[in-house]
Amino acid sequence: MSSDNSAQLSRRQFITGAAAAVAGLTIAPGVFLLKPAEAAQNPDGPRWGLLIDTSKCADGCTACVRACHEENGVRSLGRPETDAQWIRKVNLTDRATGHQHSLPVMCQHCENPPCVDVCPTHASFIRPDGVVLVDKHTCIGCRYCMMACPYKARSFIHEALTDQKPHAPRGKGTVESCTLCVHRIDRGERTTACVEACNRDGHQAMTFGDLHDPDSEISQRLRNYGSTTIRADLRLNPAVRYQGI
Amino acid sequence: MTLKTHFREIEGRSARYVALLGGLLVLVALGVLAALMKGSQGHYITGMNNQVVWGLPHIFAILLIVAASGALNAASFSSVFGRVAYKPLARVSALLAMTLLIGGLVILVLDLGRPDRLVVAMTHYNFKSIFAWNIFLYTGFLAVVAVYLWFMMERRMNRYVPVAGYTAFVWRLILTTGTGSIFGFLVAREAYDAAILAPMFIAMSFSLGMAVFILVVLATFHGTGRPLGDLILRRMKNLLGIFVVGVLYFVLAYHLTNLYATRLHGIEAFVLVNGGIYTFLFWAVQIGIGSVLPLVLLFHPVWSQSRRVIAAASGLVLVGGFAQLYVIVIGGQAYPLEMFPGYDMSSSFFDGVVASYTPSLPELMLGVGGVGFALLLFVLALKFLPFLPASLSDEHVDPHADRSSTRTAAAGA
Repeated sequence: MSSDNSAQLSRRQFITGAAAAVAGLTIAPGVFLLKPAEAAQNPDGPRWGLLIDTSKCADGCTACVRACHEENGVRSLGRPETDAQWIRKVNLTDRATGHQHSLPVMCQHCENPPCVDVCPTHASFIRPDGVVLVDKHTCIGCRYCMMACPYKARSFIHEALTDQKPHAPRGKGTVESCTLCVHRIDRGERTTACVEACNRDGHQAMTFGDLHDPDSEISQRLRNYGSTTIRADLRLNPAVRYQGI
Repeated sequence: MTLKTHFREIEGRSARYVALLGGLLVLVALGVLAALMKGSQGHYITGMNNQVVWGLPHIFAILLIVAASGALNAASFSSVFGRVAYKPLARVSALLAMTLLIGGLVILVLDLGRPDRLVVAMTHYNFKSIFAWNIFLYTGFLAVVAVYLWFMMERRMNRYVPVAGYTAFVWRLILTTGTGSIFGFLVAREAYDAAILAPMFIAMSFSLGMAVFILVVLATFHGTGRPLGDLILRRMKNLLGIFVVGVLYFVLAYHLTNLYATRLHGIEAFVLVNGGIYTFLFWAVQIGIGSVLPLVLLFHPVWSQSRRVIAAASGLVLVGGFAQLYVIVIGGQAYPLEMFPGYDMSSSFFDGVVASYTPSLPELMLGVGGVGFALLLFVLALKFLPFLPASLSDEHVDPHADRSSTRTAAAGA
C-alpha cells in the first residue's frame, strides 16, 4: 500500500518534473541563452548613440551624407525645399569671433523625444534601445512631429517614390528621419553608414556605439573628453553627442 | 414681457437660395478637387515644404475651429449668463458652431499626408499628444452642442437647456485651450512655447466667432426678409468691440513678455520690424485694418448706427484674425530654428535662413472648400429644421428686460 503510494507519488512527481523541464527548456533560450551580449553587460540593455568630433569633420566633406542617402535610398528629386534629407552638413560661423566649422546633423535620438510626445497615433516611437523611429503604417502625415523637433531632423515625403530599399520603406504622405541604420543594428552590425563612410575617408570624426556599455569606445571617449549636445537647454538627452562646439 | 419667439424653417425655393447653394457647392467642389490633386500628386504641388510644414489650409482650418467655438457666444449668453435677448438666436448660434467646426475639421483631415488613415487616428491614441486630445475635444463638442440644440428645440427637454448650455460653454473653453496649446506646447520654436497662446486663442474665438455670427445673422435675416431690430445688433457689435480689445490685450502681453527676454529678440524683431510680409501682416492687417479700424467703426457715434458699417467691421475683424493666424502659423515656422545660439548657420536644408513659403492655388481651394462646406451645411439645415426666429424686431427682443441688461452690458464693458 505504502509502496503503491510512493510509486504513484513518484510517477506524479516525474510527470510534473518532466513538464517543468520541458517548459523550462522551451522558455530558457528566450530568457537566458539568446540574450544579446550587450544586454548581458548592461542590465538596462543597450542605448545606441553617436559621438561626433567636429574638429575632425572636414569642411566641404559630405561623405556621411552621401553614404546615408545611398544606404537608405534617399534621393533628390530636384526640389530642394521638399526633398528629404536624413542628415545634412551644417556650417557654423561664430558671430563673436568669426570662427568657422561644420558638422553633420541628423535625428538626435533623444531620450525624451518631443516628436514622440506630440504624435497623436504613436507612429513616432522610441525603441527600448533608444532608436527613435516612425511607424510607416500608423503615420497619418499630420507633420506635428516636424513642428516639434528642435533639430529640423524630419522630412515629409511630398511625392511618390520609386526604387526604395527593402530595409528602409518610405511612403508618400508620411514623415521620416534618420533611423540610426536600425536595419544594421538589428542584423548585429555595430556601425552605421555615415560612420563607416567617415572612417573610410580617414576623418574618424564619428563614433557609433552603446552609451550604456561603460567599456564601449564611445562611452570611454565621452568619459575622457568633454562633449555636449545641441539644444542641451531642452534637456532631451540626445543620443548624438558632439565635441568641439 | 417678451413676445413669444416663433422659429420657422426658411422656404428655400427662391432663386437666390438656389444660387447660394450652387455657389457653395462650387466652393466645395474646388476643395474636393484640391484634395484629390494632393492625394494623387503629393504635397509638392502646394506651397508647403520641409521648412513650412503647415500652410494656408491650416490657417483656414484654425480660423473655422476658433470661430466655431465663438459662434456659440449667443447661445452661451442666453443659457449661461441669462441674457434673454439672445435666446431667439441661441439655436442658430449652436448650429453655426457645429457647421463651422465640421468645415475646419474637413480641411485638417484632407490636408493630412494620409487622409485615408483617419481610422488610424480614431483607433491609436497617444494621450500625451494634444492632437489626440483635440480629436476628443472636437468630436465631443459636436456631440455636446447637438444635444444642447435638441434640448432647445424639443419642448419636453427645455428644462435641461441650462445644464447643456453650461456644459457646452465649458467645453468650448477647453476646446479652444486645446487649439491654442497645439502651438503653446511646442518647446522647440521661439514663436510658440508660450502658455499665453491658449487664452489668446480663447479671446480670438470670442471676437472671430462674434464677427462671423454677426455677418451670418445679417445675411440670413436680410436674405429671408425677416425683421431684425437694432437692439440685438447694437449689443452684438458692442461685444465684438470688447472682444477685439481683449485680443489686443493678449497680443500686447505676449509681445511684451517676449521683448523682455533677450533670447527672444530675434523672433520679435522678425515679427515686429524686419520680417517683410509677416511684419506687414502684423502691423497693417492684424493691428491696423483688423483691430483699430473695426474699433473705430464699431464705436463711432454716427457710423456705428449703419448696418453696412457693422458688417464691414465684422469682415475686417475676420481679415485681421486671418492675418494674425498667418503670422503665428507661417511666421512662426518661417523663422529659422536657433539650434546654435551665437552662431550663423547655413546648410543645403535651409538652416539659418528665413524659410520661403508661397501659398498655392490647391491650398486656397482646399481652404475655401472647407468654408463652403461649413456654410453649405448651415444653409441646408436652415431649410429643414426651425433654427431661425421668424422675427427679431426690437419688441421680440425683450423690450423691458432689455433696458436693464443693456445697462449691465454697458457696465460690464
